[in-house]
Amino acid sequence: MSWLAPFQYPFMIEALLVSALVGIVCAVFSCYLVLKGWSLMGDAISHAVLPGIVLAYLCGLPLAVGAFAAGFVCAMSIGWIKSSTRIKEDTVMGIVFTGMFALGLVLFTKVQTDAHLNHILFGNILGIERDDLIQVIVASVVTLAVILLLRKDLMLFCFDPAHARAIGLSTVALHYLLLALLSGAIVASMQAVGILLVVAMLVTPGCTARLLTDRFDRMLLLAVASSVLASSLGVYASFFLNGSTGACIVLAQSLVFLVAFLLRGRRAAQKA
Amino acid sequence: MTLSLEASSVTVAYPNGHTALRDASFKLGPGTIAALVGVNGSGKSTLFKALMGFVKPVSGQIRIAGGTVEQARKQKLVAYVPQSEEVDWTFPVSVWDVVMMGRYGHMGFLRIASAEDKRIVSESLARVGMSDFKERQIGELSGGQKKRVFLARALAQSGQIILLDEPFTGVDVTTEESIISLLRDLRNEGRIMLVSTHNLGSVPEFCDHVVLVNRTVLASGPLEEVFTEQNLSRAFGGVLRQFHFEHSTIQDHDGKTVKLLTDDERPLVFGKDGHLEYKDRSGREELVREREKMEGRE
Repeated sequence: MSWLAPFQYPFMIEALLVSALVGIVCAVFSCYLVLKGWSLMGDAISHAVLPGIVLAYLCGLPLAVGAFAAGFVCAMSIGWIKSSTRIKEDTVMGIVFTGMFALGLVLFTKVQTDAHLNHILFGNILGIERDDLIQVIVASVVTLAVILLLRKDLMLFCFDPAHARAIGLSTVALHYLLLALLSGAIVASMQAVGILLVVAMLVTPGCTARLLTDRFDRMLLLAVASSVLASSLGVYASFFLNGSTGACIVLAQSLVFLVAFLLRGRRAAQKA
Repeated sequence: MTLSLEASSVTVAYPNGHTALRDASFKLGPGTIAALVGVNGSGKSTLFKALMGFVKPVSGQIRIAGGTVEQARKQKLVAYVPQSEEVDWTFPVSVWDVVMMGRYGHMGFLRIASAEDKRIVSESLARVGMSDFKERQIGELSGGQKKRVFLARALAQSGQIILLDEPFTGVDVTTEESIISLLRDLRNEGRIMLVSTHNLGSVPEFCDHVVLVNRTVLASGPLEEVFTEQNLSRAFGGVLRQFHFEHSTIQDHDGKTVKLLTDDERPLVFGKDGHLEYKDRSGREELVREREKMEGRE
């Protein structure tokens, strides 16, 4: 089989383009998520969107709307329980997201939908439908545009919320905006890798980039580069491996991280 | 409009019902360096939060330059120099980036730095003597340099009221002195500095005003009037470490009663000829006698 074989199929080309777009959005967002220390929040919300998706099917709404709403319910409940009890935040997250995920699974088996559970859980980038494609593109473009426009405010919010407030920014608004962007990024990448592995897209590129630089702007660029590289590699490899495309993308993300980690180890050794 | 900072009967309670500050009142005028002194949990950080508008008083009011906290926030009047522990030093930003954050409030929606912003950032860095470090990642700095970067950010913000949280922890003596002389310059420009500190000994060195807190403002006023032994023991209760010279093993002291107070640590005192001195003479009569004997022989 030729190395160029994947490029003969339109669905492969489409998958490569979609995964690259999703890769860019997630990479940019991951820089903020990693620096804010919200990785676990990303994991929690990505699982918690499931009941929202099922309900959106039921009501005939776009999936994105349901996912978005469920993500918000999850974040709000975590904040509310944490502030009114002495339970630590990571524990509250564990309780809330598993509960919501389980609710989603139960709802899914009770409700007749034309969706495949596997596609939601593990992604279906090769068989992506027109409607879903439009949702992915809209969610990606909106999320990316908002982050890039407000990238400095968001960075300041992650770094020093007290100062952000002192100079007149609304830290409450920025907090919810970051949550909204998280939901947006999850909706965008759900089709590509599925909600179980979304968190890898939202964390790994930022971490990879962080290993290679200690400047924020360079971190954004490196994250995008590593994420697009990994997404394309994953889609391309899945053609030959005949394996789950989402899993291949995430595996490629991990490999790129590993390379960055080893490079850094060598650099540190040279410095010493 | 003259610069001023005034709290009248401010009470702050948290949602969990804890009242952190009750009926606190004080007033600072232009050109002041005020020390905010009190034990941990006395409401120092709550007071800072209230001044920055992070928490709203349940009663009483805070006036900044005659306006509300919210108005002061819009005018970027209040700058905050955080405690070192509050900052994520691994964050991928350079010294220049951090000081530029002081300008964000003055920039447009997209936070694009103008030539003016860059000039002010350069100037602020020069003022704290950190121009040579502007490309460094903030984690690569010493304790004193870190403080100076955040002080430069407050300058770049052109904050007229600067809140400093424990500015001298982890700072060497030379840097402490350079920070103090910078604060004096800022005072001469008419700014108000409110410095929360544990370092009681440094207070008389650079502050002209003291606000003593213990869940409320116990006393506020000029240093000489407020920074008294009596007030400090009210503020600290039995927390302060004491070293009474006339009870100690130090001999031939000048007969006057000298007392040394510290907040965090016991003082280490060496007497004449480098003798180690103990807090209590009673129980060490043997040692005192021995030293007297040696003294007599010489």
